[in-house]
Amino acid sequence: MATKTLAGRTVEVDEEGFLVSPADWTETMAPDLAKEEGVELTDMHWKVIRFMREDFSSKGQIPTIRRITHAGGVTTKELYSLFPGGPAKKAARIAGLGKPQGCV
Amino acid sequence: MAEQIKKVSIIISHGSLEGVYPGLIMGNGARMEGIEANLFFTFFGLEAIIQKKMNHLKVATVGNPAMHMATWIGGIPGMAAMATGMMKKKIEALDIPPVGEFIEMVHDAGAKLYACKASVDMFGLTMADFCPQVESIINVGKFYEIAAGGQIIFT
Repeated sequence: MATKTLAGRTVEVDEEGFLVSPADWTETMAPDLAKEEGVELTDMHWKVIRFMREDFSSKGQIPTIRRITHAGGVTTKELYSLFPGGPAKKAARIAGLGKPQGCV
Repeated sequence: MAEQIKKVSIIISHGSLEGVYPGLIMGNGARMEGIEANLFFTFFGLEAIIQKKMNHLKVATVGNPAMHMATWIGGIPGMAAMATGMMKKKIEALDIPPVGEFIEMVHDAGAKLYACKASVDMFGLTMADFCPQVESIINVGKFYEIAAGGQIIFT
């Protein structure tokens, strides 16, 4: 367990850089996290991030790619071009959520 | 940490529901990790990419010891359909898509799908029988070419 300073706040992160506590996250942290993932945030990125945060708080689990495409209004192709190399993990990390545990 | 796998080529050779899902999950999982993925469908695996059949795959209730079901029970008309229905409900509850949607998803995620020429010839099929996500019909030599430099998984 390590700590990291993001947007002027110190938060706890795990070995892979995922926030230990989603509640620690604020939107101002997203651009720094995105830079670490090699992603520059656009409106589409924010649409995904906000959907994931909202879905996580209402469902209690990190949405899968399938859920993001069905309920979030973003296609699979779009997701992979917004977050190349693995949208599930990258978007979750940028959104201050934990590492997705599922197989899908 | 060990060197990350860069490319994986997965062969799907069975046409039962339980025979097709492992390959699809591995292919999709690879794409989720940024790993290049090829899916090669051969023999009864072709059923997973035949437009008319892909959403009608069944769970094997006979000759499947892990079902722990007596052969004569597994062979009762309707038993395979019932077991399949139950399995599909559980799969959906985990937010895993049905085969047709999964094929679309894994393709949109960047995986390439191929049909095995020998099996296609044997079953008298053409590209017209397949879903639009299938890239082409290739022979085993071409498969090895495509798989070169990466890992090969046989399912």
